Amino acid sequence: MPDYTSIEELVTLAQKQQISLGKLVLADQSAQLEITQEALLHTIDQRLTVMEEAARNGLREDIRSTSGLTGGDGWRMYTYEQNALSGPFCAKAVAIALAVAEHNAAMGRIVASPTAGSCGILPGAILPMMALHGVSRQDACLALLCAGGIGLVIAQKATISGAEGGCQAECGAAAAMASAALVELCGGSPRQCAHAVAIALKNQLGLVCDPVAGLVEVPCIKRNAGGVMCAITAADMALAGIQSVIPADEVVQAMGEVGASLPCSLRETAQGGLAATPTGLRLAEQIFGTR
Amino acid sequence: MNVLDIIGPVMIGPSSSHTAGACRIGYISRSLLAQEPLEALIDLTGSFAKTYRGHGTDRAIVAGILGMQPDDPRLPNSLEIAREQGLRYQFRTVAMPRVHPNTAVIRLTGQDGTSVEIEAASIGGGNVLVTRLNGMESAFAGQCDTLIIPHRDTPGVIATVSQILSFSGANIGNFKLTRPAKGRLAMMTIELDSAVPQETIHALRALPNVENVVYLHANPEENGHA
Repeated sequence: MPDYTSIEELVTLAQKQQISLGKLVLADQSAQLEITQEALLHTIDQRLTVMEEAARNGLREDIRSTSGLTGGDGWRMYTYEQNALSGPFCAKAVAIALAVAEHNAAMGRIVASPTAGSCGILPGAILPMMALHGVSRQDACLALLCAGGIGLVIAQKATISGAEGGCQAECGAAAAMASAALVELCGGSPRQCAHAVAIALKNQLGLVCDPVAGLVEVPCIKRNAGGVMCAITAADMALAGIQSVIPADEVVQAMGEVGASLPCSLRETAQGGLAATPTGLRLAEQIFGTR
Repeated sequence: MNVLDIIGPVMIGPSSSHTAGACRIGYISRSLLAQEPLEALIDLTGSFAKTYRGHGTDRAIVAGILGMQPDDPRLPNSLEIAREQGLRYQFRTVAMPRVHPNTAVIRLTGQDGTSVEIEAASIGGGNVLVTRLNGMESAFAGQCDTLIIPHRDTPGVIATVSQILSFSGANIGNFKLTRPAKGRLAMMTIELDSAVPQETIHALRALPNVENVVYLHANPEENGHA
């Protein structure tokens, strides 16, 4: 039984049993939750449905957040998809990541994965795999469980809270989780999943949490787009056989330490970074009438 | 923590602490009132007070008071639903020194005039902590079955309560006693690992020196497979 304190342990167990990380997490977590594997898969399938609904509802031209600050960017990206420099898969991933994050800001129903602020990244990775690469629902659910196993290790060995570790702990963790899910969906090995996790998290290391007016909108929504692109790049590198020099567990450790050493002003307090720019301060005043 | 806490929970956005946690605080206050609320007075402080409009914290709290869970699609319309159902609510922003930055105080009054007041904090990730109940210090999260027992501070009350609970097969996961003064009204807050049957609650209520027993059921969504 893994205790989710090491990605290396998950990889070794999966290799020994010759199964994917998703199947390892399915067997272990259904036992932990004292439910059947079918029941756990069914719950994950329902959450996948919530992700699909969030993407659909978020892809509207007229969607606006409660504050009025954001909305419509997912739709703009979606209508531009065919011309995208990065190709249709990446463009769809970005459109969905933006749409789900905008749906969240508009008080829509989402799956916090791992958090509400980073809720666009996993749907951004998984849903285009279903739409463009013929991935089945069953495999998509297993990939979400694979991502969940990685997220459990990050939560236990570092943090998934922006207030504790900055945005690297939310969008960084989500990007790492999504990269493992993508590697698994493309037939990569558990070892390659771990390399993708390490590469994705390394590229988000140090990212601060500096929301304008303290709201989960600017820059959070666009950081979901950046996070899913980071996950795709890391997954491609790992599938190409590129290895992370620093092992995944050590990257997770480093992320936790970087988070702890971030000043309070850059950990979800809206007192530094983009929140403290002239435009950030002006928007805060406009929305709440105070600075 | 399990995989459903990471790929989840399902919630109405935008913020696990300012929206989902706020809804849960409202829901706990309603559960403690144990009847349809008629009036709600809600004080917000700290970050709750500063950002509640942008995060929908007000709608989330009222949704909880109306009995909605954090994933209820009606949550964004809760203020309108409250007006339709005749729930009067009022929000105030106040300064409260020495409390968690995301703290709310909710005073609910029911149809028969009964009222309850809780002070609770949204401590992150949708988790909450009730810090005061009816003016007395408390500490419970509402994630497991919880008994709140105001009683007269007399020898043997706690022993008898725990004995009755042990006969019912319940295991105590956490126990807190609040006693502002010796021999006066005190309060037990008992978090349990499993549900207790209704007859156990009746037996506890019948005890001398026990003023009341409030049974707060675990949030159904917390069982992990909602």
